[in-house]
Amino acid sequence: MGELFFRFVIGGVVVSVFAALGDVLRPKSFAGLFGAAPSIALATLGLMVHGHGNQYAALESRSMILGACAFFVYAAVSSFALRRVSAPTLVTILALLPVWIVVVVSLYRLLG
Amino acid sequence: MISFHLASLKQTKLHQYGIRFLMGGLCTVGAGLIGKHFGPAIGGLFLAFPAIFPAGVSLIESHEKENKQKVGANGETRGRLAASIDSTGAALGCIGLIAFAALSWRFLVSHSAAWAITIATLAWTVTAVSLWLLRRYRIFRSF
Repeated sequence: MGELFFRFVIGGVVVSVFAALGDVLRPKSFAGLFGAAPSIALATLGLMVHGHGNQYAALESRSMILGACAFFVYAAVSSFALRRVSAPTLVTILALLPVWIVVVVSLYRLLG
Repeated sequence: MISFHLASLKQTKLHQYGIRFLMGGLCTVGAGLIGKHFGPAIGGLFLAFPAIFPAGVSLIESHEKENKQKVGANGETRGRLAASIDSTGAALGCIGLIAFAALSWRFLVSHSAAWAITIATLAWTVTAVSLWLLRRYRIFRSF
């Protein structure tokens, strides 16, 4: 339980710092880079190495490549949809979240 | 060109900071638990889960709308456009994320964790910023 709480705090802090960087930077397209910062990975990999060793963390990193490819597709589709669909932004973005899931599952089945 | 606007931090409300912290914490715990139950191959997929992306994009839209409403404009379309531009930036950041993952995979096997994670973070920064500069100077504008 203590480890989970520690993980929760580390994750919250790292993600918040990258999000705040995205808030203060301009132009917006540059600030957008921080929406895909390796925040969860940075919070997790160190803990994984500590708990399970380098090999385990390396395996997680290898799978992360597929997750990042899926995130790329999701972000590109979101950018396209937000210019063309008049629904509220949050609704559009959340409705497109299954894109990440479908792409990541497909890539994992093909290459994982 | 690239500038800091610290005043933007005041535009973000306390509960919005709270949502980011909560989402970041929950996703990190979730990625760890998934890795524990299903193994590192599945758990690793969630290291690139778009945890903060929906909240961030929605926040950009609401800030832009607020700014437009202050001068009496509706701001709906402008807000969505700002969100779209932010998403384009995130897509470029994702290519950096691929570089981060690839280098941490390669370096964790043969180097210390601190060294591997530092190199991978540098790779994310260099890749994402280079791609943004390339796009900025219209060397490529595919999306």
